[in-house]
Parts: sequence; structure tokens; C-alpha cells
Amino acid sequence: MHSLLDPILVLVLLLNFVVLGASRTRTIIPAVAMQGVLLGIMIVVVQSKVTSGVLAMAAVAVILKGVTIPRMLYHAIRDVVQRREVEPIVGFVTSLLLGAVGTALAVLFSKTLPIAHEHVGSLIVPAALSTVLTGFLLLTTRVKAITQVVGYLILENGVFIFGLLLVEAMPFLVELGVLLDLFVAIFVMGIIINKISQEFSTVSTRKLSALKE
Amino acid sequence: MVWLLILVPLLAAVGAAVTPSNRWRPLWVPVGGAAHLVVMGVALALRPSPALQGWLALDALGMLVLGFISLLFFLCALYAPAYLALRPDRPNRVFCACLLAMLAMMSLVSLSHHLGLMWVGMEATTLATAPLLYFNHNARSLEATWKYLLIGSVGIALALLGSFFLAYSSLHEGLESTLLLDDLVRSAQQLSRPWLHAAFVLLLVGYGTKMGLAPMHTWKPDAYGEAPGLAGALMAGGVTSCAFLAILRFYRIVVAAGEAAFAREILVFVGLLSMAVGAVFMIRQRDFKRMLAYSSVEHMGILVLGIGIGGLATFGALLHLVVNGLSKGVLFLSAGNIHRAYDSKLTDDVRGAIRRLPVSGALFLAGFLAITGSPPGGPFISEFTILCGVFNGAHYVVATLFLLLLATVFIGMGATVLRVVQGTPSAQAAATDYQDRPQLVVPIIILMTLVVMLGVWMPGPLASLLREAVVCVEGRP
Repeated sequence: MHSLLDPILVLVLLLNFVVLGASRTRTIIPAVAMQGVLLGIMIVVVQSKVTSGVLAMAAVAVILKGVTIPRMLYHAIRDVVQRREVEPIVGFVTSLLLGAVGTALAVLFSKTLPIAHEHVGSLIVPAALSTVLTGFLLLTTRVKAITQVVGYLILENGVFIFGLLLVEAMPFLVELGVLLDLFVAIFVMGIIINKISQEFSTVSTRKLSALKE
Repeated sequence: MVWLLILVPLLAAVGAAVTPSNRWRPLWVPVGGAAHLVVMGVALALRPSPALQGWLALDALGMLVLGFISLLFFLCALYAPAYLALRPDRPNRVFCACLLAMLAMMSLVSLSHHLGLMWVGMEATTLATAPLLYFNHNARSLEATWKYLLIGSVGIALALLGSFFLAYSSLHEGLESTLLLDDLVRSAQQLSRPWLHAAFVLLLVGYGTKMGLAPMHTWKPDAYGEAPGLAGALMAGGVTSCAFLAILRFYRIVVAAGEAAFAREILVFVGLLSMAVGAVFMIRQRDFKRMLAYSSVEHMGILVLGIGIGGLATFGALLHLVVNGLSKGVLFLSAGNIHRAYDSKLTDDVRGAIRRLPVSGALFLAGFLAITGSPPGGPFISEFTILCGVFNGAHYVVATLFLLLLATVFIGMGATVLRVVQGTPSAQAAATDYQDRPQLVVPIIILMTLVVMLGVWMPGPLASLLREAVVCVEGRP
């Protein structure tokens, strides 16, 4: 069971780097969709007993994170001319390096926290923290609205990975609520991105600078 | 019974969403608000038992916060139909439905004793308020909505991580891992300390973002500046109070674990920082709605400072939650009226408001005097109580900074407010033919009356509810 978990987590980490190094939305959205599918699979993998409820939960996660949300992101930028992330605040190579530093820090930090004996040696905590940091990096260094939403999504994925440690504590109702909230949040963000592109004919958040002191 | 507090406004939201007439639809807002207030009144009298295996429960702290929110919402709801009638060109379906949905979600947060459910409710308030900010459908409100949505959602995601850390701190010690508040308080002594500390910091950052504590406050001036005054009043009084309640719930666990000293230091520091940031940005502020946002940052700082000091100051902070929210209602709604009349919210254009709009202008001035702690307003009593708590604890440096910052705020905010209300009306005063009318000023007058009333006389039931709520926060009277 758990032997499958670590390879999946490594894939998740690799996808973080794919997103950090990519300049095109065409690469970023499939990568984040892939990550969503892996998260859904992990829900099943970490359970000691696979029930129909677990499978249903995993199916909901895969559909929402792997299919519906990526489709909404595509939809949001449908009318916008596809362009490169022209001038990110931090270059792509630098982002990759920062991502690597972040992952190293996540590993070190998770060593300082006491881990329950059944989780010792598992990659869950470092992978979760590193994914959260990747999300932060994207949120702060990218100017395109869509990439910022992807950053938020990756941050949420990181939190979700940590949640795998708590499968027993988290009732399905709450887990469903979390997924539903995420879904609606991305939906509303998609609408706003559409409005931004109509209003400014670009999805760069650099134009969003009228409000300041 | 507790279900009704969530269901009633949700049903009203559905009612508003399906009503076709743009003219009659806003009436759902006061109807829903009144129904919620009635249910809340019955709940205060009967003290209903928990529902959903203890996930939803109405304790004294929840009663205080939700009772206050229900009252504030009702008074703002009375203002809503007349305000929306001023803007017949704007479709208000989403606005009305989201106002009511926001009340339902604030009820959910106040009632939930399950940290996961509370998180779901908190994120839902973010989503329900975002369309309120975008009501004006222009580039500036778009920018404000985007910042609010993104910063708020990221903050909330960190709070979820914090909730997970907290649950893990019990799992780590071999306890049955749980997210139920009462179980966590009971087993707090055994929680793993490193996880507990990390969880508290993440939760303070996460819910602090929703509350608008410095340095996570950056969305606030934009959002409150661009939102209609009505939405601003409900966010500054309602949503921030819910986020504060969430922080108090976690503080309770930390206190029960015997780690109060750790949390208090952080709370006092963040409180003073928020007051300082609010004070600095209020000086020479040209936009009077942004000024109100910085005032909100300052008062959120006062709230967490009071909790950080503890004892008498906790009582003061909980009272301040109520009086600050009511005063913010006065300020945001009267500022909204002034904004309507001048079609501008910059002090360069807006002068002589007290002549142009005698009632709204006077209420704006009265609201300013109350919020800055002038007697006989309610905030005078609550801030004085907090100050007494600070002196009781012999925190003389904190007391000095507290008084210094309050004085700075009084001067900084006063300069802007007086520019707005005094003098002869500027040319911009003729920009619109808006005039004060009863529906738009009576709710503000009621709010102001309540603010003054709480300054001179505290009703017995409120005092005992506040004392019970202090026990909910600190675990002892």
C-alpha cells in the first residue's frame, strides 16, 4: 500500500517543478490537472481498508481537481489571446532554483517536527510543505491572473496532501465541503479573470494597480 | 433549532434569487434579516441543544457574536431596499442573494464546533462577499474583488493547513485524532507542542488575513474603498467578527494546553502592529472610505491586543467587538450616503457634508467621535476596560503605545473627517440630487443610539452574556 505512496508523491513534486519552469498556460494547466488526478489516487492508496465511500471520495477529487477545475481554467482564458508569461517578476530558472531551495527547506523543517511512528520515513509531510511553498512562489512571482489561480490550486493541493495524514479524523462531509469550496472559489476566480480580460484586454495583473496609497 | 439560524437566511437567499422583479427583490433582505433576528432572539432565550453530534452548538461566545451579527444585519437590511432603489440601473439579484447567503455562512461559522466545518463556512463567507464588492462593475471594483478573493482564499488555505496541524498534534500523541473543538479542549494537555505552536501561528495568519490584521491587511482598503457602504458595514462588522471568533476558538485550545503565554505574546505584538499600521495610513488619507478600512485594521488590532492581555481586557475586547461593529455600521452607511450625494469619496471634492446632508453628515461626525473613543460612545467604555486590563497586568510599555496610537488615530482620522463635514459645500456637492430620506438615515440613527446606549448603560443580560463568553475564551472567569 504505502510502497505506492512515495512514488506518487515524487511525481507530485516533479509536477511542481514542471509548473515552475513552464512559460505557457498550455503546459501549466495539464500539469496541475495531472497533480489533481494523483491526489485522488492517493486517497485510495493511503487507506488501510478501501470502502465504497473512499472510492466515491477519490472519484469526486479526481473529477473536480483533474477534470472540472482545469476545464474551467481553460474556459476562463478561452477568449484571451494565448501568450507567454512575458515578464514574470522572477525568471523561470530562478523560480526553479527557488523551488529546489523550498523543497530542501521543507525536508529540513519536517525533520524538526515530531512525526507519529506510523508516518516515519514517509514523504507526506515534506511533499505537502514543498507543494505549499511552490504555490506561494507562483502566487507571488507571476503576473498573469490565470497563473496566480494555478498557484492557489497548487497551494491547496499541498494542504490536501497533508490532510492524507488525517484520513480518519476528516469526515467525508468536511472533505467534500473543502472540495466544493475550492471548486466555487476557482469558479468565481474564473469569472473575474474573464471580466479582467474584457475590461483591460489582458489577463496580466500588472494593470490592477489603480488602488494604492 | 440551531439549524434554523442557517436555513432561514439561506431560504431567503433562494427566494431573492428566484424573484424576477428588480424592484421588489431587495425586500427579501429585510425579511430574511428580521426572520433571522427573531430566531436568534428565541435561541438566546431557550439556549437550544447542540445538533449534528455536537458539530453545531450555540455557546455563550457564539451567542454573543451571532446575536450581534444578527442585529447589525437586520439594521443594515432595513437600509438595503432604499439604497438599491437609488441604483435602479444595476441588476441586484446576485447582490441580494449573496447578502443573505453571507448571513447564513456567518451563522454557520458562529455555530460550528468542528474546525473543518468552521473552515468551510469561513471560506464560503469569502465567496459570498466577493460579488458584493463587484457591485459597481467597473475596473476599480474588479481590482478590489480580485485582490480580496485571492488574498482571502490563500489566507484561508493556510488556516486549513493550521487546522490539520492541530488535528495531527493529537494523532501524534496516539490520541484519537479529532477536529471537534470540545474534544480538543479536553485533551489539550496531551497535544504535541511543536505541532500546536505551528498550528496556532498558521491559524492566526490564516484567519488574521480574513480579519484584516497587519501585515495581512492589504486587501482591506481596496475592498472597503470600492464596496458599497452597505457591504462595507457588514464586512467590517460581521465577517471580521467571525474570523475573530475563529481565532478565539483556537486560542481556547492553546490556553487549555497551558501554552497561553506563547499565544499572548504573538497576539499583543500583532495587535500593536495593526494599530500602528492603521494609524500611519489614516494620516493625510484623502479617501474617506479607505480611511474607514484603516480604522477597521486598527480596531481589529485592539481586539487581539485585548485578548493577548487577558483577564479584564478580554471582557473589554468582547465588548469592543460589539460596539466597534455597531459604530462601523454608522460610519460605513453614512459614508455611503455622502458618497452618493457627492459622487466622490475624495476629500478634495467632498466638503461641507454637514450642510449638504445635515443628518448623514452629523451621523458621520458622531460615528467618528464614537469610534475614536470619545465619551459617551460605547467604544470609550470598551477601550477604557482594555486599558484597565493592560494596567492591571502592569504592561506599562504596551499601555503607553496603546494610548499613543489611539491619540494618533484621533488626530489623523479627525483631520479627514472634519475636512469632509465642515466648511461650505464644494462645487461637487451639486453632482447629484441625492437627499437624505428616512429609509436611508433611520437605520443609522438606531445604530448610533445603540452605540451611545452601550456607552452609558449596559443591559444586565448583555453583561452576564459577556462574562460567560469570557469563560468560553479563557476557560475561567
